[in-house]
Amino acid sequence: MLDQHRDYVLRTVEERGVRLVRLWFTDVLGTLKSFAISPAELENALNDGMSFDGSSIDGYSRTEESDVLAIPDPNTFEVLPWVDPKSAEARVFCDIHNLDGSIFGGDPRQILRRTLDAARAQGYEFLIAPDMEYFYFETPKRGELPVPLDEGGFFDLTTTDVASSLRKETIRTLEVMGIPVEYSFHEDAPSQQEIDLRHTDALSMADSVMTFRMIVKEIAAMHNVHATFMPKPLEGVQGSGMHLHLSLFKGDENAFYSADDANNLSADAKAFMAGLLRHAAEITAVTNQTVNSYKRLVPGFEAPVHISWARNNRSGLIRVPIPKRGNPSATRIEYRSPDPACNPYLAFSVILAAGMKGIREGYELPAEAGANLFQMDDAELAKLGIHQLPQSLNDALKVMEQSELVRETLGEHMFDWFLRNKRREWMEYKTQVTPFELNRYLKSL
Amino acid sequence: MASSDLIVVFPGTPSPDLARTLDMGGYRWKAVSGADEAIKTEPKNGWMGAIIACDEESEAAWAFARALRKRDNPVSAVLLLVSGAQLSDLELRDDLFDDFCLTPFHPRELEARLRHLFSGSSEGAAARPELVEHSGLVLNLETYQASFNGASLDLTFMEYELLKFLAQNPGKVFTREMLLSRVWGYEYYGGARTVDVHVRRLRAKLGEEHANLIQTVRSVGYRFGQGRWGS
Repeated sequence: MLDQHRDYVLRTVEERGVRLVRLWFTDVLGTLKSFAISPAELENALNDGMSFDGSSIDGYSRTEESDVLAIPDPNTFEVLPWVDPKSAEARVFCDIHNLDGSIFGGDPRQILRRTLDAARAQGYEFLIAPDMEYFYFETPKRGELPVPLDEGGFFDLTTTDVASSLRKETIRTLEVMGIPVEYSFHEDAPSQQEIDLRHTDALSMADSVMTFRMIVKEIAAMHNVHATFMPKPLEGVQGSGMHLHLSLFKGDENAFYSADDANNLSADAKAFMAGLLRHAAEITAVTNQTVNSYKRLVPGFEAPVHISWARNNRSGLIRVPIPKRGNPSATRIEYRSPDPACNPYLAFSVILAAGMKGIREGYELPAEAGANLFQMDDAELAKLGIHQLPQSLNDALKVMEQSELVRETLGEHMFDWFLRNKRREWMEYKTQVTPFELNRYLKSL
Repeated sequence: MASSDLIVVFPGTPSPDLARTLDMGGYRWKAVSGADEAIKTEPKNGWMGAIIACDEESEAAWAFARALRKRDNPVSAVLLLVSGAQLSDLELRDDLFDDFCLTPFHPRELEARLRHLFSGSSEGAAARPELVEHSGLVLNLETYQASFNGASLDLTFMEYELLKFLAQNPGKVFTREMLLSRVWGYEYYGGARTVDVHVRRLRAKLGEEHANLIQTVRSVGYRFGQGRWGS
């Protein structure tokens, strides 16, 4: 099969006159990295990989040896639709190996592969559908506040036209790249958009999220607009989340569905949810990895704050949507804390690992939190045994550091590097004197 | 270019009847236990043909046939040995073989079939169509390229294989299981959802207006192009 894939890719490059093949991979923080090779080098790259110096990539550098090997995954070969066909370009995602062929511990894509393989060994396939939220702004100037399109006098068109035509063009490009879209709409906040992707296996979806962020930004930039996945770019309005609809399949059956349960949730679904809830705090540094992420996780903006679940209550961390007409295969849970600035490979890995631990060890699902938790005080919450998600990147890192689950899932290299990098981010943040402090204290103290 | 006079036989330990029939017919042959071995030991100018006994490990046999056929330089004369119970497996796999013989076979029948197969194999290969065309869709089987209403359509390998299979059988309804076994072969673990995912990607690439080129047939599977009654 692999040979046919390779032949197909090489043939396509020839027939479509592809001039450049971009090898895509991801650093530890989830930034898309790329280097280009000529078609003549591609066959070699497909067979043996391309070596490059990893020391300039975040999380790739090691002391002894900095060269690594990028091996393209021919399944992911796509011609880039926004490049002039006369000088066509294509992209292919790569897995990163050490020069001796072993798996490189700093490659997020392979960490997800490994986590998926472990679930597969127990008979489960992991499917994900994300709701991607982001903002369009006028191209920002350094140090100035972001200006939503809806507020600026933007060209002669009304601003809704600009945003919706950008969104339409984005969706068409996504679809041509093989990323089907379920819904899209203008969100509540000014200039905020939401595009919901159709579910697929977690590895393809992580690739799709990387491609998605790239396409959204690229299309916006072509129209002199800045698109951002920053979790909370504007004070006082809701931030951008990446709600994840999750399901496990066993063969062709949805393992989350049971006809015998009042909520149609199987024992696997409940144990998976219990796993996610019990380990939620530990994985939050990965699913919400920036200082800014925690400005989104506050009461009042449809973002989760408490570690709880409910059927149709959007204040909880896990929501169980009611599938249309009781379609068993659509049974799923929605994990609501992640934001679109995370590294999708690592986020999907720790989420799956937490859920699978719940299944493996038969965790008990706590009672549903029916009431609106935002209206309860700490004492009432404590009585229900409901805790809060970490309140800051610092809190999240402290919990993560103690987590065997996250250490095992990410592996030593990734775990250590991530903590080190994020601690530095927190230290830099801590030294800042913010406008909040100046406004509040400068005159009064 | 004339091929070698060597026939490749699968599986690695052919039945004594088969070995005897080949020897008596004066054929040169080599038994292999898998596609890797067949490719590694292939003579410079290719196998003359292949005899694949499906009656023992049928899944491995189909994978073997697929590997020989789905490559740049496919083996042009393939004969299958199948048991009566396996006849239904032949359906929609016409692209994987040229002739078959029921087991247990009569040596004289097999000999006659082999003679016929190898006398006309070169024309047989040339007669295979190179273009599949339907409702504005054109697939060039030689170059793997697809276009739709004149514009090129960029597909991944599996998207291409699925679309090719559907377009070669327009109007027919396929179950997901059938598509999985015929397009992906058996080595795939994703299950029938894999088919749904690929259909959705194909529809997305074809564009909203043409997404119904691949129709969902409720609680059955998929159909390419217009149904017989123009649905």
